[in-house]
Amino acid sequence: MDSTKTVCHLRVNGDAHTCAVTPGTTLLEALRYALALTGSKQGCDKGDCGACTVLIDSHPVLACITLAMACEGREIRTVEGLAAHGRPHPLQDAFDRTGGAQCGFCTPGVLMSAIALLERDPAPTREAIAQALSGNLCRCTGYTKIYEAVELAAKEMRERA
Amino acid sequence: MSEPKEPNAPIDAAKSVTEGRRPETVHSDSGRKPEMVVPKGRIMPREDRLAPPAWEGGRSVAPNADGFSTIGKRNRKVEGLAKVTGRAVYADDITLPRMLHAKLLRSIHAHARIVSIDASAALAMPGVHAVITGKDLPVYFGIIPWTEDEQALCETKARYVGDAIAAVAADSELIAEEALRCIRVQYEVLPAVIDIDSALEHPEWQVNEKAETGNISKQVRLEFGAVDAALANSDEVVEGHYWYEGSTHAPIEPHCCVAEFDATGFLTVHSSTQVAHYLHRDLAKVLGLPTQRVRVIQPTVGGAFGGKSEPFSLEFCAAKLAMITGRPVKILYTREEVFYAHRGRHPMRLHYRTGISKDGMLTGTDAKVQIDGGAYSSFGLVTTYYSGQLLGAPYVLPTYRFDSTRVFTNKPCCGPKRGHGSVQPRFAFECQIDKLAERIGMDPIAVRRKNLIGESTRTVNGMRVTSNGFPQCLDAVEKASGWKDKFRRLPYGCGIGVAGSMYISGTNYCIYPNEMPQSAVQLKLDRSGRATVFSGCSDIGQGVDSVLAYIVCEELGLTLRDVRVVAADTDLTPVDLGSYSSRETFMVGNACLDAARHLREKIAATLAERWQCGKGEVVLANGVACCTSEPREKAMTVREAFQLAEAKHGTLGSVGWYQSPKLGGDYRGGTIGASPAYSFTAHVAEVECDPETGQVRVCDIWVAHDCGRALNPVTVEGQMEGSAYMGFAEAILETMEYKAAAPGHAFGLHHGPSLLDYRLPTSLDTPRLHSIIIESVDPEGPYGAKEAGEGPLHPSVPAIANAIHDALGIRCDALPFSPPSVLGMLRIGDARAAWEAARAGFHKTGAR
Repeated sequence: MDSTKTVCHLRVNGDAHTCAVTPGTTLLEALRYALALTGSKQGCDKGDCGACTVLIDSHPVLACITLAMACEGREIRTVEGLAAHGRPHPLQDAFDRTGGAQCGFCTPGVLMSAIALLERDPAPTREAIAQALSGNLCRCTGYTKIYEAVELAAKEMRERA
Repeated sequence: MSEPKEPNAPIDAAKSVTEGRRPETVHSDSGRKPEMVVPKGRIMPREDRLAPPAWEGGRSVAPNADGFSTIGKRNRKVEGLAKVTGRAVYADDITLPRMLHAKLLRSIHAHARIVSIDASAALAMPGVHAVITGKDLPVYFGIIPWTEDEQALCETKARYVGDAIAAVAADSELIAEEALRCIRVQYEVLPAVIDIDSALEHPEWQVNEKAETGNISKQVRLEFGAVDAALANSDEVVEGHYWYEGSTHAPIEPHCCVAEFDATGFLTVHSSTQVAHYLHRDLAKVLGLPTQRVRVIQPTVGGAFGGKSEPFSLEFCAAKLAMITGRPVKILYTREEVFYAHRGRHPMRLHYRTGISKDGMLTGTDAKVQIDGGAYSSFGLVTTYYSGQLLGAPYVLPTYRFDSTRVFTNKPCCGPKRGHGSVQPRFAFECQIDKLAERIGMDPIAVRRKNLIGESTRTVNGMRVTSNGFPQCLDAVEKASGWKDKFRRLPYGCGIGVAGSMYISGTNYCIYPNEMPQSAVQLKLDRSGRATVFSGCSDIGQGVDSVLAYIVCEELGLTLRDVRVVAADTDLTPVDLGSYSSRETFMVGNACLDAARHLREKIAATLAERWQCGKGEVVLANGVACCTSEPREKAMTVREAFQLAEAKHGTLGSVGWYQSPKLGGDYRGGTIGASPAYSFTAHVAEVECDPETGQVRVCDIWVAHDCGRALNPVTVEGQMEGSAYMGFAEAILETMEYKAAAPGHAFGLHHGPSLLDYRLPTSLDTPRLHSIIIESVDPEGPYGAKEAGEGPLHPSVPAIANAIHDALGIRCDALPFSPPSVLGMLRIGDARAAWEAARAGFHKTGAR
């Protein structure tokens, strides 16, 4: 196994980071352990659960099966980048109010998938939300409160826009 | 204080509940339903609750219509924003300086004697710091003190594929993994038993040496009333064979812990546990440390559902390796390892005979149950009792018997999964009722209404029932689902089914016998106008930390942002037994209410003296204190009130505790299933089935749940929806199958220990879930609250099974209701004819 480390330049939530990674280091490992951005979670080992979902150039991507080196020059967004000026994003606030997060472990990934959806469809139907979140497993909520949160956020974001 | 007790010791229930401050019971032996008077419990809502008037000093006091300012409102959770912003710290988010990573070597055989372990090559690898084996941690442990049969690492033999054998601490997970490959284990492979039948047929292939005999883990046989006579005199008797498939919790967070051992010999373990107190005790025991030199901290936990309610190999190994190396050690289970840690739903084979009179009165049940326990005991002693102790509830079942046997098999150990031990018998019994209703041509909801146990009563096996909102639950799901227009009226392939349940709000007894409180809270008030609650309770996402905050807000007139909760840290917080058996809201809620009312009393007395008014006129709500008779003149902020009270009484702090009254049946095991309050649930499920493919689509589940009082309706609904989802998943999708590890090997390797192969429902699979809260206001719960986390799972599975019968005319008595199973059923006999006969029979009797 090649454990030689090389320098990797990552742009995360608008900040430029430099970290040392091996060719096998995943983006999730780089975020969590090299950059201390522990908001993105590891729930499985191979892209099954969606807890590690981040946005790369606005597309939801599973960070646990994406190599860090492959993300150089790309725009990475994580759950830590959603809140602006210390205020939660309307979607985060909606999750908090509607009980969309119980244990909260799948939440960062769910939020990133939902953001990607809302950015391309500001008024999604419940079916569209279910489709967009079908790669994010939640074991607590039965998804109902998550739908309510996304719908509430969509409505408030439309009103604000 | 009550007398010393053992969990199985007989207790005179009728006598004991009249002791001290406990409710009085009048127990009558005549008639069907013993009457019971339930007066004020130890902790109850204040009788003098007043709706405070609007205060015109700048902030409004706007309580709910029922006089509550915080309770019952759709509030945020205290940790909610931390979770949605990614700031909540879970165990794997903890990184300590010089921290090592450890990995466990796991058995590749289902059953094998460990002849020798050679770790010299692993130890010689650069970056490897220590290797431990069973010899380093020989002390047995187990969550139930009577069945301690586990070692952190197997010392003499491995009992399932995945049993832990050795652990390596290294600079990184990668190095630790490579080192595992260099450990040479010489096994002597033993014959393995892989299911209930082979376990019973081959007692000589003993899985667990601590078995009662052969492969018997536990046997329970209890009989209430003259069952055989009752069945013989019944107008109809239905016999059913049921199979409840095993399933696992699969919280999205894998188990993880970080252990550190400091220079003074003090051990700290951060672990994703839901029972910090029990882990604390077992760590000290296994590691040979004084309990007071061990600290357990529960960080934010990413889901548990019972899967983190006992100590696991990782905590002992991380601690031992930290002690050996003098450095912090982290162990994070892979998803595959989470499947091996398991402790999930026990597979059960149930044989029921149930009788009914032609006017719809249940007469009795004879139940024989076989339980596949896996390789160790876990909570199995309790599981075996639970397989029958809540069998009849929430119905009057005048006689019944259950004969349950739990066996050891060479598979990952089963344990408590949401609705521990009682989901399986609930499935069987609710299906039995549906079949009986069909036999006598009655609506299944009507049959259930005929047999309601009611409130303030006692079940035939001695369980005291206080509040009971089950009739309202049935009414609610019947109405919301449009039952009357649908049952036996939908086209072929479409169907609707109903089921009910009753579940405990905490068990009455601690896992180890002791006289101390089950829950405790310390409350500290600060002159800044802030309250801090300290409690050992365990928030696993259900929101118990928030429950504490709501109660403190309600009692002391604070707003949510002015309450801090410090929980589940054995150094800082008083003991609470943890998050299991749906005990937290009821028990720690009562403890918190106790603590808060002590302080409220002091503050009210101070203000009453200041304002020259009665204590009953003092209201604290939403940050404001005022006198109800002169709210403009006599008002101040709660912060000022705290300062006045502190000046008068000194530093403001209080403690509160809860211990349940002695309850339960007067027989060995009669305390299991005894609870200070029971929740009630009814479900209606609607399905669409494809008779060509056997595919069952569950479209809707209506869930009505009596939680006593919803302290926060948002979190109660969340528990109801999550429960219904999890039950649906067990009904339709999830299986624990095992296969041969290699050609010629015994079965015993999990067929797909991953979140792809183990089929968790995605958003696209999950039905529409409709939650309806019923509030019966329990006389002993905090503000009348009862549990909501586990009860609402129970009816999911039988409601779906009964709906499939309404849709297709087949009886799905074995889980899961997957296409091969449903299609197989459709090919036996004439399902269509059975479907038409059920309709005709129902309409002929006028759908009574």
